Amino acid sequence: MAKKNNNIFKASWTYDEAPESTDHIQIKKQYELYIDGEFTKPVKNNYFDTINPSNGKKIASIAEASSEDVDKAVKAARKAFKGWAALTGKERGKYIFRIARLIQERAREFAVIESLDGGKPIRESRDIDIPLAANHFFYYAGWADKLEYAFPNRNPKPLGVVGQIIPWNFPLLMAAWKLAPALATGNTVVLKPAETTSLTALKLAEIIHESGIPKGVVNIVTGAGETGASIVNNPDVNKIAFTGSTGVGKYIQKATAGTNKKLTLELGGKGANIIFEDAAIDQAVEGIVNAIFFNQGHVCCAGSRLFVQESVADLVIEKLKRRMETLIVGDPLDKNTDIGAINSKKQLQTIENYIKIGINEGGEIYQPTCEFPKQGNWCAPTLFLNVSQSHRIVQEEIFGPVLAVQTFRTIDEVIEKANNTPYGLSAGVWTEKGSKIFHLTQKLNAGVVWGNTFNKFDATSPFGGYKESGFGREGGLHGLKPYVKFE
Amino acid sequence: MFPNLNNLPVYDNTGVNERVKRFCTRSIKKSSKTEGLKLALSMIDLTTLEGKDTKGKVQQLCYKAMHPHDSLKNIPTVAAICVYPSYVGVAKKALQGSNIQVASVATAFPSGQSALEVKLSDTKFAVDQGADEIDMVISRGEFLSGNYQFVFDEIAAVKEVCGKAHLKVILETGELDTLENVRKASEIAMYAGADFIKTSTGKIQPAATMPVTYVMLDAIKDFYLKTGKMIGMKPAGGISTSKIALQYLVMLNEVLGEKWMNNNYFRFGASSLANDVLMQLVKAETGIYQSINYFSKD
Repeated sequence: MAKKNNNIFKASWTYDEAPESTDHIQIKKQYELYIDGEFTKPVKNNYFDTINPSNGKKIASIAEASSEDVDKAVKAARKAFKGWAALTGKERGKYIFRIARLIQERAREFAVIESLDGGKPIRESRDIDIPLAANHFFYYAGWADKLEYAFPNRNPKPLGVVGQIIPWNFPLLMAAWKLAPALATGNTVVLKPAETTSLTALKLAEIIHESGIPKGVVNIVTGAGETGASIVNNPDVNKIAFTGSTGVGKYIQKATAGTNKKLTLELGGKGANIIFEDAAIDQAVEGIVNAIFFNQGHVCCAGSRLFVQESVADLVIEKLKRRMETLIVGDPLDKNTDIGAINSKKQLQTIENYIKIGINEGGEIYQPTCEFPKQGNWCAPTLFLNVSQSHRIVQEEIFGPVLAVQTFRTIDEVIEKANNTPYGLSAGVWTEKGSKIFHLTQKLNAGVVWGNTFNKFDATSPFGGYKESGFGREGGLHGLKPYVKFE
Repeated sequence: MFPNLNNLPVYDNTGVNERVKRFCTRSIKKSSKTEGLKLALSMIDLTTLEGKDTKGKVQQLCYKAMHPHDSLKNIPTVAAICVYPSYVGVAKKALQGSNIQVASVATAFPSGQSALEVKLSDTKFAVDQGADEIDMVISRGEFLSGNYQFVFDEIAAVKEVCGKAHLKVILETGELDTLENVRKASEIAMYAGADFIKTSTGKIQPAATMPVTYVMLDAIKDFYLKTGKMIGMKPAGGISTSKIALQYLVMLNEVLGEKWMNNNYFRFGASSLANDVLMQLVKAETGIYQSINYFSKD
């Protein structure tokens, strides 16, 4: 692979290791399922390992839920539903507020486990994932007793038992996105975290238990695809909420078609990040870095397609390359790490495969020089120059730190190219001209369009996709709607 | 050569602040902290710019510059002493035999409100007294009214009078209002012959801030790429703790890199910083924070 260091502004002052302490973290050897308010062994007594992606070491054994276990969980949720839905909103809110506060109290512990288990840099789990997760619980706790104001004159009612399946890129945050609105609206839940990142969801189960929420309201079952399929196919589930790959999303949509199940899908993306010549270039370069290298690019709304106006393309690319040289790749638990480990061996292979495809298709690759730890799953931040819309690495979601760069000349051209994708989750626009931003937000088919920033999330702001990026919204007032029916 | 001011980059305040915040979250400890603190100490321009300055005060400051804390071994001296022109001779004499430079503020510091002849003779006087470095202020009034050529010519004229002395150009960013103005003033100063660009006089609030320094470092970087000439940077005023100084060094390290990480190209215009750095260095060596009474007040 072509590697060259073109950085004349190389840093000389290397920072000593600054690992976050793990002394206060308690991880059990084995984790059970959380069903009906109890930690229970799986019926078939199967367990799988959860691995630390930065060194390949096993962290703990996790129970694998079979369809019988899922059935038990759904039954428990069904039993709990009546009582939970009958509680006043204020009473439900109390439990959700309590969960939010407990997350805050144990924020450092959650952040460390999130980084241990998922490979993301502690800087991100500490400053972004965990605070946002707590914020989601706070935000929806606030809605619990105000639903009649959220939907004036419409009398919202809960749906019943909700099956929720979440991905491995933001394990705790996604759990919060799913659980908080479902609980606030009076539903009971069976949630399945991703098999590579179950730990924080199970830690969350401990907190939920501690909150004293009535048993059966929240059930957490761990396992891989089959466990997820058991939830989707369980006839007593009223709604499925899924975040993950478009492939699995399509399967779920087929499986639920013709049933009474409600469905929301938040799927893949291939976000366009558009830099105009009048943008604040250095801040735009930061935005590009944040758009694609945040969380190792394991972000469904990552700005993985970069469009730069031709007049500034050379400048932007040069600055971007130089900036990439200063990114620190390494131990996720080190506070100075900018880019952590790739979540799993399998995902690393996928990314490496796409890099090969990019090279074979004639793209010009650029990677900064970086030293990786000996063990674990690592991928250098990668640029592909000289690519076009027809390249596979431009069309397909890679879910890794790989950016495809294209240039454009006019606004209409870039709108056409940005929309020329099966996905429609996010986009970013960089320009000093406010009117241009508003023009583009109208024209881009994306659930979120960021102006002069990227990858910013907030509990009060709806998030979701167009086209193959799914349907339904999470976050904000819009995030309540998928969890209620109107009478 | 007068720079082209039409195509200067624009800055997004939110974006700049975000970037700066990220420099501040780097964790600097153990040997990299000690290294950073020593570097910071070696970059300090120990300054006294008061109406009540006396020969005695300047001499004491010079002594402090040469002997920051004698009970600590292997620590550097500061980079320079910065005084009014009338005390350049005193400082020069007091610092004899050391490598410490004498810097002097000239050109009707701090307001810059006087005729060019006065500014030039002010500068000439300081240089004749033996100043190694001249810290000049730009005419902010002329800059803000758009007379960029005036500002440029003035800097060029002062540079000529400086002779061998290094010229640091103070932009007084607290009065320039926008980051775009800071960039424009940096550009004018660098093209007019500045060896260093400097944020503030220390007499106006806000003095040095990280976002402003970031924009100036950015300007220095672009200037280097265009001309191959390395310009130095001096944030001044308000940098009083080791923690903040280290954050500035992180920024310098990650924006301009190793070539700039020395006192030929980076200075702190700060006096109270020295003692805080010394306190941290003692802590690194002994594990104990000493009371401020263990460090000389000068």
